[in-house]
Amino acid sequence: MESPWIYVGVFVLVGLFIPIAAIAIAAFLGPKKPNAIKQSTYECGIETVGDSWIQFKAQYYIFALVFLVFDVETVFLFPWAVSLNQLPLFAVFEGIIFILILLAGLVYAWKKGMLEWA
Amino acid sequence: MEFWNDPITTMFNSLLESFTSGSMSVATATVLIYALGILLFVTFAMVLDIFLVWIERKVVARFQDRLGPNRIGPFGIFQPFADIVKLLIKEDITPIGADVVLFNLAPIFSMMSVLLLWAILPFAPNMVGVDLNVAMLYLVAAGSIGTLSVIMAGWASNNKYATMGAFRTVAQMVSYEIPMVAAILVITVLAGSMGTVGIVEAQEEWWQVFFLSAPLTFLIFLISAIAELGRSPFDLNEAESEIVAGFHTEYTGMKFGLFYAGELLHSFTFGGFIALLFFGGHRFFGLENLGPIVGALIFIGKALFFYWVIMWVKYTVPRIRIDHMLAFNWKFLTPLSFILLMVTALVGRLLLDSAWLVPALFLSNVFIGWMTVLYLKSHERKTREAEEAKSVPVAQH
Repeated sequence: MESPWIYVGVFVLVGLFIPIAAIAIAAFLGPKKPNAIKQSTYECGIETVGDSWIQFKAQYYIFALVFLVFDVETVFLFPWAVSLNQLPLFAVFEGIIFILILLAGLVYAWKKGMLEWA
Repeated sequence: MEFWNDPITTMFNSLLESFTSGSMSVATATVLIYALGILLFVTFAMVLDIFLVWIERKVVARFQDRLGPNRIGPFGIFQPFADIVKLLIKEDITPIGADVVLFNLAPIFSMMSVLLLWAILPFAPNMVGVDLNVAMLYLVAAGSIGTLSVIMAGWASNNKYATMGAFRTVAQMVSYEIPMVAAILVITVLAGSMGTVGIVEAQEEWWQVFFLSAPLTFLIFLISAIAELGRSPFDLNEAESEIVAGFHTEYTGMKFGLFYAGELLHSFTFGGFIALLFFGGHRFFGLENLGPIVGALIFIGKALFFYWVIMWVKYTVPRIRIDHMLAFNWKFLTPLSFILLMVTALVGRLLLDSAWLVPALFLSNVFIGWMTVLYLKSHERKTREAEEAKSVPVAQH
């Protein structure tokens, strides 16, 4: 095994191929008789009104922002976690301070009411 | 005997020999054998998936006091094959106004994100697709493709309910990724490795399994895994009684089938990850020494057990509200998981290579759990008293 990423690359290709093959077989076997009623949007039984790309709650956006902060920072924690046993004890406290700064961000967002679904 | 000790390498070497005996170069032959092996592996996953459909339907029937499929074959075991034939010959409907490219790509990505996880599942020490040294990051990354596929499906369907399901997914799957990553970090700290094989190797004896070192982390991982899977009680993105079927409302035939099969296989895969991260992977009290095939069977057995646990939760707990779901994650799971990470890092580093490591970690988990319960109780009492003080007292006569 020269590079594991060659294997992962082949895996991605096969992983794409299997579902595409399933859809292709289904497209080949299934009937194709489209009409306007059949293709209309199914919502709740009455005709659809307006566009579906509607305005959405801003709260979703705020949660995504809070997530982004955490997700980017946790990537930095992985190298620390892997090599923790080889590092001096001081590094543990450095990591803990880093996590505390992260949590301070969470507490700030919490106190500002960003985590309320209102 | 060599074959039974290391079947994958033996097959790989003999195939490589016969391939390169012609004019083929080693690199081409390697990639070709990889492709053949992965095709076989993924086919195994899909066949397993077919039986997971049967298990799912049978188990949900038992939970709801029904018989489940019992007409086709013994115990209805051929029911999923009939389902597949039905899905294959159904008409594929694309709604008017849908974004055709994204609409078709979404089920493909959904299935692919699950299949990608199989590349790092270690069935036995030498029966693993690839032993990546960053396997845990790969797990999170492949999971994000699944989230992306749900968003694509919801956005491209030109359906308000589907879009709503996609929005909920953004909030849910993305939020629960944080405690999951923190739980994986705890395991990384304990194992000193991010590779799946390294993590399994770190749990050599039965008392070394990370379930004993990190029981609370196990619970956090289980909860966030269920949320990542979008299964009940976290199935807000589908929520069939509120928003029709959520993000896959407009999908028919095989494309819907891919979403469904992907969800089941995803649950099984996460059962496998729970077995690997917390219960020693292929190990079962020395039984794994019989050979890698036995180890792989033990691993599949463990994965099926946790698949059943996920199903058990699914069919027992009702769906939670979106504000509760987000508050539970951000105000409870995230702080708790990071506190656990800090405590585990500190205790694990202080008692490195000490015989007291596992008991100390276990006791610190018990302590944190106890403090959490005490805090929740006092918090609950305070909220209740504040509400009682606010409400107008009944007039006294």
